[in-house]
Amino acid sequence: MELTYAPKDYKSSGKVKWCPGCGDHAVLNSLHKAMAELGVQPDKIAVISGIGCSSRLPYYMNTYGFHTIHGRAAAIATGVKTANPELSVWQVSGDGDCLAIGGNHFIHALRRNIDINIILMNNRIYGLTKGQYSPTSPKGFVSKSSPYGTVEEPFRPAELCFGARGQFFARILDVDLKNSQEVLIKAAQHKGASVVEALVNCVIFNDGTHKDISDKETRDDRVIYLRHGEKMIFGKNRDKGLMLEGLTLKVVTIGEKGITEDDILTHDAHCQDSTLHFKLGTMCGPEFPVALGVIRDVEAPTYEAAVEEQIAEVQAKRPQVKCLNDFFKTLETWEIK
Amino acid sequence: MIVTHKELDKAVIRFCGDSGDGMQLTGTLFSTLSAVFGNEISTFPDYPAEMRAPQGSLSGVSGYQVHIGSSSIYTPGDLADVLIAMNPAALKTNVRNMKRDAVVIIDEDNFDASGLEKAEFKTDDPIKELHIESAQIVAVPITSLTKASLADSGMDNKSILRCKNMFALGLVCWLFSKPLEEAEHLLKNKFGKKPALLEANLKVMNDGYNYGHNIHASVSTYSVNPSNLEKGIYTDVKGNQATAWGLIAASEKSGLPLFLGSYPITPATDILHELSARKDLGVKTVQAEDEIAGICTAIGAAYAGNLAATSTSGPGIALKSEAIGLAVIAELPLVIIDVQRGGPSTGLPTKAEQTDLLQALYGRNGESPAVVIAASTPANCFDYAFQAAKIALEHMTPVFLMTDAFLANGSSAWRIPDMNDYPAIKAPFVTEDMQGKWAPYLRNDENLVRYWAVPGTEGFAHRIGGLEKDAKSGIISTDPDNHQLMTDLRQAKIDKIADYIPELKVEGNADADVLIVGWGGTYGHLYAAVEELNAEGKACALAHFNYINPLPKNTQEVLSKYKKVLVCELNNGQFAAYLRSKMPFHLDMTQLNKVQAQPFSVEEVKNAANQLF
Repeated sequence: MELTYAPKDYKSSGKVKWCPGCGDHAVLNSLHKAMAELGVQPDKIAVISGIGCSSRLPYYMNTYGFHTIHGRAAAIATGVKTANPELSVWQVSGDGDCLAIGGNHFIHALRRNIDINIILMNNRIYGLTKGQYSPTSPKGFVSKSSPYGTVEEPFRPAELCFGARGQFFARILDVDLKNSQEVLIKAAQHKGASVVEALVNCVIFNDGTHKDISDKETRDDRVIYLRHGEKMIFGKNRDKGLMLEGLTLKVVTIGEKGITEDDILTHDAHCQDSTLHFKLGTMCGPEFPVALGVIRDVEAPTYEAAVEEQIAEVQAKRPQVKCLNDFFKTLETWEIK
Repeated sequence: MIVTHKELDKAVIRFCGDSGDGMQLTGTLFSTLSAVFGNEISTFPDYPAEMRAPQGSLSGVSGYQVHIGSSSIYTPGDLADVLIAMNPAALKTNVRNMKRDAVVIIDEDNFDASGLEKAEFKTDDPIKELHIESAQIVAVPITSLTKASLADSGMDNKSILRCKNMFALGLVCWLFSKPLEEAEHLLKNKFGKKPALLEANLKVMNDGYNYGHNIHASVSTYSVNPSNLEKGIYTDVKGNQATAWGLIAASEKSGLPLFLGSYPITPATDILHELSARKDLGVKTVQAEDEIAGICTAIGAAYAGNLAATSTSGPGIALKSEAIGLAVIAELPLVIIDVQRGGPSTGLPTKAEQTDLLQALYGRNGESPAVVIAASTPANCFDYAFQAAKIALEHMTPVFLMTDAFLANGSSAWRIPDMNDYPAIKAPFVTEDMQGKWAPYLRNDENLVRYWAVPGTEGFAHRIGGLEKDAKSGIISTDPDNHQLMTDLRQAKIDKIADYIPELKVEGNADADVLIVGWGGTYGHLYAAVEELNAEGKACALAHFNYINPLPKNTQEVLSKYKKVLVCELNNGQFAAYLRSKMPFHLDMTQLNKVQAQPFSVEEVKNAANQLF
């Protein structure tokens, strides 16, 4: 009999200590629901985090959880998954944890394509240290550590992901629970490293950072939900779409200038070439809608499986070496009688 | 001309030449050959940090020292009895490593004006300029004789020149009266897949041997009689190899898969190489993106239930410190191998020092106790790696295994052990009956070790991490009393390990007044010094530490027994300071400290000890 699970089966008894109104609550709820739908036994799940507000998430999961050190969750998760590929391994990191102090581990986890699911909670601020700019804060951003505005460019996580040859990138919005759940399920189902950028609000230090797209009134005109095989259409009236003009994307209105639905691009998340994914992943307002949903989802060999395959190959070639005593017999030796 | 023949108890032979001259191979072949004939051996490579410095230059000299003997070979030897110098630079840089009356074999073809200039000689008489007139110089045109030997081989000039190390090997085999049959056998193993190359090397080696035999050089030839080593099958092992295999042994004995997370760093990289090659034994290695990821992947693997290790040198330890603290507070088993090199900073990457001891003991934030043990010979790196893993797994703690460049690259003959003779390693996994009663920091009353619930185990899902946890429930706690309790428990758990490790052994003359104290890789030199001093009628004892934190239980008893204590270490007194801090009485110690990124010589240890008699 197959066991079934409810979201509460993934919820620990620990009291959630994020600020009321923090976007992380919503992502946590979506994660509980996604896991219930995936139906993986909670004992077979390991949630690894670094340091930061969002990195408290493992304490709120009734799974195995490891709250580690700043920036290193990707490296630790890589070790967990390589050591035991049977586990479902999740990494939860904030924008500082994942992209500043942990930037190196992030790109290398993607390059290796280790099968971990990375949830990147992006609130564009350091919350736990009480309000400094982060690597995703927009240029000119005023914070406690940039009272006159930052003078540096931010990272765009999608760009970094594709630059590191990431094969799965998706984006969710904290307040959009339904789509979040669907995307987290897809991320879990993807074999290989997956990145879900969760746009979350920090109600205390960066309130409204994603307001442009999170407001219900304007959201439909400012975001586009990408689904594999579906037309790239958006807008309150479902009359806007994306087309390619040469090598650039442009927003068009269906019904104007002779443009029909047939002219609108169809989303191919499985396309090997990441060029269009790159463009979709970096779209921003006011000219473009922000893309939500699964932007790229391409199957590729995973690191942990390749490690095990290589071991099996070598073992098949050296059947005479089954243990250390056998191995010693292959050395150049001499005997003292 | 007269050829004299001497029987020796021991001899030191040093091969040196350009880093492209194949001196490491020549030295390895000669030491293996000697071992096959029953000699005790100890070797040490001395190679430059640069991959290929300009040919003939002083910075490009690579050396390989072999110490062979019929007994009591504990070190690669202080000064060479025989020096092979393939060019003037090799002679110049190695003069300080030879005895005044050494036999010096030089390739005279390279001692031309150009060679002398590259080696920055000021005159055309290098022997006089180096003041080594008392040495027995054997000038042999090795390059031209090698060319003549292979004139009909059809090989190109470059390939021919690569064989000249075999001429030197043949010559040294003649000098030490080693018949060539066994050397031929070794070469066949080495070049078996390349018959043309094998044939060329064999021919040149034989011609080198015959040259020595025929020219009747006015030089002494030697023989070193076989030793009375324990019966068994032997191999030549380097410290890094032995370390890697010791971890595999622990993996077999614990039944846990072995995982190594590492980042390449001199002089530790060969551990990564060896374990990466051991896929036949199921070893998983991750060459991580940096030192921090090296240890963090290992911590992840430990969390997931593997026997996990990370290998590095001093600079890598500095980068791993925060993660080591995580393993301490999460109480996860982890082996941290520190192959020490000269420091600070990048320092002297290829040379040995013992300057990381305090870093290993204390180099972390917070009260963060970890076990520290040290190997003391290339071969016993196997046993101490095994022991490091055993302690880590059975006591749920990170364990430092300290070796150094000298042990890592040095080799000695090693009697291959039978794994059936090694004890089982039992990690404290949770058992089904603990369900419901278990919490992450529930401890065994006896050794204070927490029970281990590995992800995937049904009914034990839990959360741990770097934040302080409540001793009972395992949830985050900032309670002052609880923090004190957890700090004390972490310390007490490490202290209790003293009940599970051997007592400190005293060697030499235990009833002497003078005690020499050392730790780690200096063992061979200290032991040789103690043996020689006792032979000279100067009674002295040796207490050499392999277990540093915790110290063996009888440490105080041993140290307080001697009137004079001489602590010898390759740093400015780190172990001496540690010992003082651990003894409840004032410990009056004399120190011999050396920070030249070179091993002690037996002579300098004896000199320091002689001051105490």
